Amino acid sequence: MADVTYRESVAEGIAREMRRDPTVVCLGEDIGAAGGVFKTMAGLYDEFGPRRVWDTPISEQAIVGAAMGAAMTGIRPVAEIMFSDFLACCWDYLANEIPKVRYMTGGQVTVPLVVRTANGGGLGFGAQHSQAVENWAFTVPGLKIAAPSTPADVVGLMASAIRSDDPVVVFEHKGLFASKGPAAPPDHVVPLGEANVVRRGADVTVVALASTVPIALSAAEQLAAENIDVEVVDLRCLVPLDMRTVLESVRRTSRLVVVEENPYQGGWGATVVSVAADEGFELLDAPVVRVAAECVPLPFADALEDEVIPSTAKLADAIRRLSSY
Amino acid sequence: MATDTDATALAAELLDLYEQMAVIRRTEKAAQDLFLAGLVKGTTHLAAGQEAVAVGASAALRPDDYVFATYRGHHHAIARGASPEACLAELMSRSTGLCKAKGGSMHLTKADSGMLGSYAIVGSHLPMAVGAAWSATLRGTEQVAVAFFGDGATNIGAFHEALNLAAVWKLPVVFVCENNLYMEYTPIGSVTAVANPAADRAAAYDLPAEVVDGNDVLLVRNAVARAVTKARAGDGPTILEALTYRHFGHSRTDPATYRPADEVEAWLARDPLTIARARLAELGTSTAAADERAERTVAEAVEAAKAAPPADPAEAFTDVWADGGAAWRT
Repeated sequence: MADVTYRESVAEGIAREMRRDPTVVCLGEDIGAAGGVFKTMAGLYDEFGPRRVWDTPISEQAIVGAAMGAAMTGIRPVAEIMFSDFLACCWDYLANEIPKVRYMTGGQVTVPLVVRTANGGGLGFGAQHSQAVENWAFTVPGLKIAAPSTPADVVGLMASAIRSDDPVVVFEHKGLFASKGPAAPPDHVVPLGEANVVRRGADVTVVALASTVPIALSAAEQLAAENIDVEVVDLRCLVPLDMRTVLESVRRTSRLVVVEENPYQGGWGATVVSVAADEGFELLDAPVVRVAAECVPLPFADALEDEVIPSTAKLADAIRRLSSY
Repeated sequence: MATDTDATALAAELLDLYEQMAVIRRTEKAAQDLFLAGLVKGTTHLAAGQEAVAVGASAALRPDDYVFATYRGHHHAIARGASPEACLAELMSRSTGLCKAKGGSMHLTKADSGMLGSYAIVGSHLPMAVGAAWSATLRGTEQVAVAFFGDGATNIGAFHEALNLAAVWKLPVVFVCENNLYMEYTPIGSVTAVANPAADRAAAYDLPAEVVDGNDVLLVRNAVARAVTKARAGDGPTILEALTYRHFGHSRTDPATYRPADEVEAWLARDPLTIARARLAELGTSTAAADERAERTVAEAVEAAKAAPPADPAEAFTDVWADGGAAWRT
């Protein structure tokens, strides 16, 4: 079977769920006939029509707030927030409403919705359209978070996210939209909270997510030539966070590097390494290392942006230093 | 010309609405007393004085319609069937509380009768009501969603986003502003560009609006019934602005000294219970028995709530996820 793009897998993943469940309905800006600004919704309007694929005004609060009200009353909405930076425009719903309503009503309601959003940098979109903000969602108990790195995982995680009775934020990485990989088999479902060991290695564990998975794999390739055997764990989800798989890997390698695209300051890797330090201290033969974005707004020029976000070279350097510790 | 039968039916209905208001009034008074006695922690935002909005609107709804309310929402929970005992138990952090003592005064919810929550971020629930109305149209159920909100909510973005989307999608939603003239401690008129903070915004979204006497339970019921009929018929949203007044301050022990004495006096004379009682007297019906029942119901609710066990600390770790648990990692 020919390889498919990450981009077309987004539409494929949503379409599969819309075919099996008539209560799955999409809403967002430019997602109808336009197919989404990243064309991640291409074909859905044609197949499912205006009763299942709804164009909205530029009203992030209305989009996510309406999705919440619909989710509480028998619909499974899939809401698109065009760029993840715009989550700030409806942050009340992600921080105060959606994750809390089930809890603060004593379990009287459920909110089975998906908020999908294009996340991350590397494309020269500047400081307000390039951020990796998965760590924003990671600060809020009550949200599940998926961030696929391959076309098949896009489909498999989308299936789990849409079928979940809990709210799930799906971060689709802009830098991966054009990437290709094997198509998802029929009925492909990747459970939320199961990390994937995508490369076996004996010397160093690298924990990665979404865009940093290909970075970790290319660093591993490079270091293999230097006799450094790198294991790469693709977390796939931040919540549930599969620390069991991470700690099992560290048990084999005794060394841990986390590579994340959100800023070092407040990034999700801090939680991963704190659990590793707390529960895996005896497994470690070296300090834990985080490779993350620099703590500045994302700059525009390529030369500047490349300086700020994690790269294969930066990660390879960190792994080299750690393996010789 | 009203017949005797009409008058009898009206008296019976009004007496029922009166009794609901009387129960709410006494529950709010009990909440205040329990707060002052230190048995209710945190905060309360009492709706005494605004009972006619909740009771009148509820009377115009189907049992399966949806209601979204604000942190000043005790009256809406009770009007949609929550018991005073469960509400007061919630306020007093008891295990028998309406939300298992995980919500508190600001988040009373009775989802099994369509009261889908009380929200404490001003204006946040208007888009939710729009979503519930959207859901009703998608499922073809002819349900209507009602969002109750204060005058202060009309100046936040979510209000405007909700009105626009509801209008564009022509959804069965009724926006009911409880204009009690003050956003917290500040007169709404001093921070709003228009005289009627909700109704005067309707034109911007090409929506019909009506200003109604929010202290007359029958007028509220009639106005909501008109809006609901329209919504159910597929003719889109309506904005209602119900003029009303708080009998207590904004929250906790606020004495509301920022309100002029003559204004307070004039509004207290227009107490929704007084108005309903006067109308019932005209119809030859006494409220004595209803008052007595309300008094007893709430007194018993207070005692039962006081006697209930405190919240079990283990409850802190339930109800985050749909599976009932709170696990965030393996």
